[in-house]
Amino acid sequence: MSDAPLVSIKNLHANAGDTPILKGIDLELRPGEVHAIMGPNGSGKSTLSNVLVGKPGYEVTQGEVSFQGEDLVDMDPEIRARAGVFLAFQYPVEIPGVANNYFLRTAVNAVREHRGEDELDAIDFLTLLKEKMKLVEMPEDMMSRAINEGFSGGEKKRNEILQMLLLEPSFCILDETDSGLDIDALRIVANGVNQMRSPDRTMLVITHYQRLLDYIVPDHVHVLSGGRIVKSGDKSLALELEEKGYGWIDGVEEEGVA
Amino acid sequence: MAGVNPELEKLAKQDYKYGFVTDIEEDRVAPGLTEDVVRLISSKKNEPEWLLEYRLKAYRRFREMLQEEESHPEWAKVSYPRIDYDDIVYYSAPKQQKKIESLDDLDPELRETYDKLGISLLEQKRLNGIAVDAVFDSVSVATTFKAELEKHGIIFCSFSEAVENHPDLVKKYLGSVVPYSDNFFACLNAAVFSDGSFAYIPKGVRCPMELSTYFRINAAGTGQFERTLLIADDDAYVSYLEGCTAPQRDENQLHAAVVELVALDRAEIKYSTVQNWYPGDENGVGGIYNFVTKRGACRGHKSKISWTQVETGSAITWKYPSCLLIGDESVGEFYSVAMTNNKQQADTGTKMIHIGKNTSSTIISKGISAGHGDQSYRGLVRMGPKAHGARNYSQCDSLLMGDKCGAHTFPYLEASNPTATLEHEATTSKISDDQLFFCRQRGISEEDAISMIVNGFCKEVLRELPMEFAVEAQNLLSVSLEGAVG
Ligand SMILES: Nc1ncnc2c1ncn2[C@@H]1O[C@H](COP(=O)(O)OP(=O)(O)OP(=O)(O)O)[C@@H](O)[C@H]1O
Ligand SMILES: [Mg+2]
Repeated sequence: MSDAPLVSIKNLHANAGDTPILKGIDLELRPGEVHAIMGPNGSGKSTLSNVLVGKPGYEVTQGEVSFQGEDLVDMDPEIRARAGVFLAFQYPVEIPGVANNYFLRTAVNAVREHRGEDELDAIDFLTLLKEKMKLVEMPEDMMSRAINEGFSGGEKKRNEILQMLLLEPSFCILDETDSGLDIDALRIVANGVNQMRSPDRTMLVITHYQRLLDYIVPDHVHVLSGGRIVKSGDKSLALELEEKGYGWIDGVEEEGVA
Repeated sequence: MAGVNPELEKLAKQDYKYGFVTDIEEDRVAPGLTEDVVRLISSKKNEPEWLLEYRLKAYRRFREMLQEEESHPEWAKVSYPRIDYDDIVYYSAPKQQKKIESLDDLDPELRETYDKLGISLLEQKRLNGIAVDAVFDSVSVATTFKAELEKHGIIFCSFSEAVENHPDLVKKYLGSVVPYSDNFFACLNAAVFSDGSFAYIPKGVRCPMELSTYFRINAAGTGQFERTLLIADDDAYVSYLEGCTAPQRDENQLHAAVVELVALDRAEIKYSTVQNWYPGDENGVGGIYNFVTKRGACRGHKSKISWTQVETGSAITWKYPSCLLIGDESVGEFYSVAMTNNKQQADTGTKMIHIGKNTSSTIISKGISAGHGDQSYRGLVRMGPKAHGARNYSQCDSLLMGDKCGAHTFPYLEASNPTATLEHEATTSKISDDQLFFCRQRGISEEDAISMIVNGFCKEVLRELPMEFAVEAQNLLSVSLEGAVG
């Protein structure tokens, strides 16, 4: 494990549309680490993840983000994805008509091509897919259905984790992957995530609840408020927040961002 | 959604791959629509008297229609200036030796043209299982695999040859499904049709290969007026494919074809079209006016006619492949993908006319609009008074890309039998920025994402196409959308 950060965020300011949301974020994520980000509704957590994956409509106005030593800000989203940046969406979209397995194979092969690996044919892919589906306990018939169409909230989240398992990114961002999950699904999703923990991978886990962090134990916990990180600590910070809420921390705005 | 996606914009700026012109000497008549021109076409083809009479009847009726305001087909949701029918060349054919003995004698220019289009006319090079009739401007220049088909008693030849060699069949069925007076463009076609394909599948024969016609407009200033007639006798089966391209020109060219299908007892005809006429440029200059009448008559008990079309080309498309469900328990199907991009317009759909008992029909229509494309689905389902127990299911889905295009649905449902059931579903959706971004976040380029979503949207139709065509159609859809993405 090297000490150079895998992801380095320096003084990041960003707009969503024309509205400034992120107001100077500094974070260093080293390989092998899991960072949790907590914070009130509207504090900018999803904005941060959207900026990191290059979603159109979000603009970096100041500061820099590097990934594996490369500037991320000017990279096209699909290139970031192929290079290993992955976001498990807070609200996964449905794409009617496009079968899950076909989509997943296209995505896996796009990433493999980028890494200089051979394409997986339908049979090899199916073997890999079945193996990963077991990890998130997804029934096989879901794969021939359209992407997320008619999936329950929990199934959509599991599908996100399945995609992460298949694409094997080195920087995993999970945006409230635990919200809307029942106890069993939470355990399944957390297991999937823990499978991915490795010395050369970094995770940024956005959540509101300690219960996820019982399963995915973070190395660092940060509190985001008003577009800034107002407090950082170790896993005990999350427990403290669970108990006391955000009110006691200096700089936390009561009603989200102004 | 934040304005028009730049990828979607780019989809609108692609090149038309088949826009080249073949430099070949053509025998063409002077422009203009007169009785003499009709007689000239007929005499060039050594037609029998009855056929000339048929043409002349149509010609006279068309002259009347030109004068009758209500006969002009202006109810369709497309707009174009009225056509000057005296400005069109009605006959243009490559000069070649009267009769070629074998395909090897075909003018190399022509063979090369079809090679460039991906249609090899040399049998040994053909994919097994497809026989081709190649129609170049006003005439059929080659038909492959004739001998092989003859062994099964199947007649597959150009329309002109059919008139010469099988006049009784032609006389019996010509105009029996689409009467010459049926509509404006069908009437014009009946007067001046030049060539086309003819097929007859005898009783009990399953045609062992796909039959296909490839239409190519080459000469400038000409119209193409071809005529196709397919007859499947009792218990026969045939799958027929049709493809079309034309050079890239700044003028509009008229293509007014008539296709008639006849299915007798328990016969089945599957008719597939991949239409890729030159669509005009991104400003709507040039392109083919594709005004076509296609109709099939399920005359026999339990007969079946299935239309599948993928329409990506033409400046304007006006066509409604239809089924007359006359025989009891006969089945009609219509599967359609229509794509309009840039300034393309399409008014397309179908008619299912239920006449016999327990007849059933299915309509699956998928419309895709990008750029400033505008399209309408127009479908008529009529349950006649004797159509006891008849059923129809219709589904019309539209997919919009960007915010400058349009999609409209005009279903006409007429039920004069209380035991008939009709079901109609319609949806309109958009490819959202969030969907595209989701794909990109998984490493898939925006263009691939769009083509994946579009192909997914059309898959119920694409899977009705024969294999070779399905792949071609998928590629065509992607190419037609190239430039709608940034
Ligand atoms: N396109 C946009 N234009 C203007 N404001 C936006 C836009 N997108 C997000 N915002 C605003 O930015 C703020 C931060 O939103 P964000 O989604 O990042 O919050 P969050 O921390 O993820 O909240 P939650 O916990 O509810 O998921 C909110 O006030 C939101 O309304
Ligand atoms: Mg959020």
